[in-house]
Amino acid sequence: MHVTLHVWRQAGPGAPGTMETYDAPDISEEMSFLEMLDVVNERLNSQGREPIAFEHDCREGICGSCGMMINGQAHGPERGTATCQLHMRKFADGEHIYIEPWRAKAFPVLRDLVVDRSAFDKIVEAGGYITAPTGAAPDANLTLIPKDVADAAMDAAACIACGACVAACPNSAAQLFTSAKVNHLNLLPQGQSERYQRVLGMVDAMEEFFGSCTNHGECQEACPKEISIDFIAYMNRDYVRAQLKNRKLLSQD
Amino acid sequence: MATTMDRTGAEPVHPRPTRRAPWPVEFYRSGVGKKWVMAITGLLLMGFVFFHSIGNLKVYLGAEDFNHYGEFLREILVPILPRTIFLWLMRLGLIAAFAFHIHAAWSLTRMNQRANADGYQQSRDWQAATAASRSMRWTGVVVALFVVFHLFDLTWGTANPDYVRGDGYRNLVASFSRTPVAIFYLLANAALVIHLFHGAWSLFQSLGLNNPRWNAWRKHFAIAFAALIGVMNLSFPLAVMTGLVSADDNDACTKRGDVIERCTEYEEAHP
Repeated sequence: MHVTLHVWRQAGPGAPGTMETYDAPDISEEMSFLEMLDVVNERLNSQGREPIAFEHDCREGICGSCGMMINGQAHGPERGTATCQLHMRKFADGEHIYIEPWRAKAFPVLRDLVVDRSAFDKIVEAGGYITAPTGAAPDANLTLIPKDVADAAMDAAACIACGACVAACPNSAAQLFTSAKVNHLNLLPQGQSERYQRVLGMVDAMEEFFGSCTNHGECQEACPKEISIDFIAYMNRDYVRAQLKNRKLLSQD
Repeated sequence: MATTMDRTGAEPVHPRPTRRAPWPVEFYRSGVGKKWVMAITGLLLMGFVFFHSIGNLKVYLGAEDFNHYGEFLREILVPILPRTIFLWLMRLGLIAAFAFHIHAAWSLTRMNQRANADGYQQSRDWQAATAASRSMRWTGVVVALFVVFHLFDLTWGTANPDYVRGDGYRNLVASFSRTPVAIFYLLANAALVIHLFHGAWSLFQSLGLNNPRWNAWRKHFAIAFAALIGVMNLSFPLAVMTGLVSADDNDACTKRGDVIERCTEYEEAHP
């Protein structure tokens, strides 16, 4: 197949960027989107031109490195799929494909399609951990967890921190990411000790960098792990409760 | 050709003040807290618009009933509280709800604008965002401007040349007999319906009210509520424009002299 790429090119942080057009003939529809970019870069290299910089690692949709805005949708047109798992067969022959980096103040562009997502690290540092007991490993199944709870916590833990939720959000809000990170611990018995401290810390850290949620639901559609905005409601609920709780009585309920 | 890039991270766009404030202030300072306040004040305003519309349906029973209803609002709890005091308590609550709703909306909009980088070069292919959710701040502004005009028109009467204090029925008919006013009323209420379509659903998420058992009903509720308000409010100017409700009913003024003393003032002014 033959496609035309319109790609954001930017030399470095803070440098001005533009959309450049690249002709990409002889693309197999079996290629993944990143493989297609590899082929285009190979050709650019052989012409002595600077290849398109993009981030990638596992290429199996679980590391969260890759991610770009493709034809107006984060991670492109297929639902529940990271850019690396998107295949060229999802595009039509002769199609014009627009590719841009995630755009948010918290995600400065480093080069071309690569953004700096360390703002996410600040949110995790603010409470995305549990107090682990030291000593011998506890028996398996020592702490009973209802199936529904385990499933919900696992759904939240599926977050790969790719940043698509922020990129897709008209407000550049990180509510879906933060609520996933809050809830995969807050839903489990092991996460209860820091539950309210965690939600306060992580929401406060989030709001230093990101916008606020207006419940458009774009993040849920963009998420390659199909994380539900239900978690945003759970996080909001915990945040309000955290304001009112008497922390001295935490172990009583 | 491996390259190394330095990741220093973005600077915070909303740095937190280092001094902690008392918890209600701290709560309202946060975006999540402001959204909670928007949801609660939104619920109060929804309650107001619901009962305001229900009460105004009395216009279809004629001038006597409608003006009697207006008088009733001033006399709620009268033996316990002096006349109009209860009404004023409700009004103060309403003013506070409006103030918080608007301030939170303004402040959250600023917060989002600061977090947004330069927009995408390509046009976005929206998957879930609706015209309603994306136009909340504009429909909100239209409704707010309408409320101001509505007060000048039907509460203070300065924007209504035929205004007679106390004769709500006549004022309503006089107001909607001016076509531009009726059209503005229709447009503003269409904006209100669009605002409610998103807001009446969104508030559940902001309050953290989420349960798989009834999640689907949150959107059904929003559609039903917006439609109900729309049908009631859009019917009033249409009824006047089509002549279904008309000033002829004003003859009833003679009959309701005992209900509203000011009616006689009106008759003296308009022999």
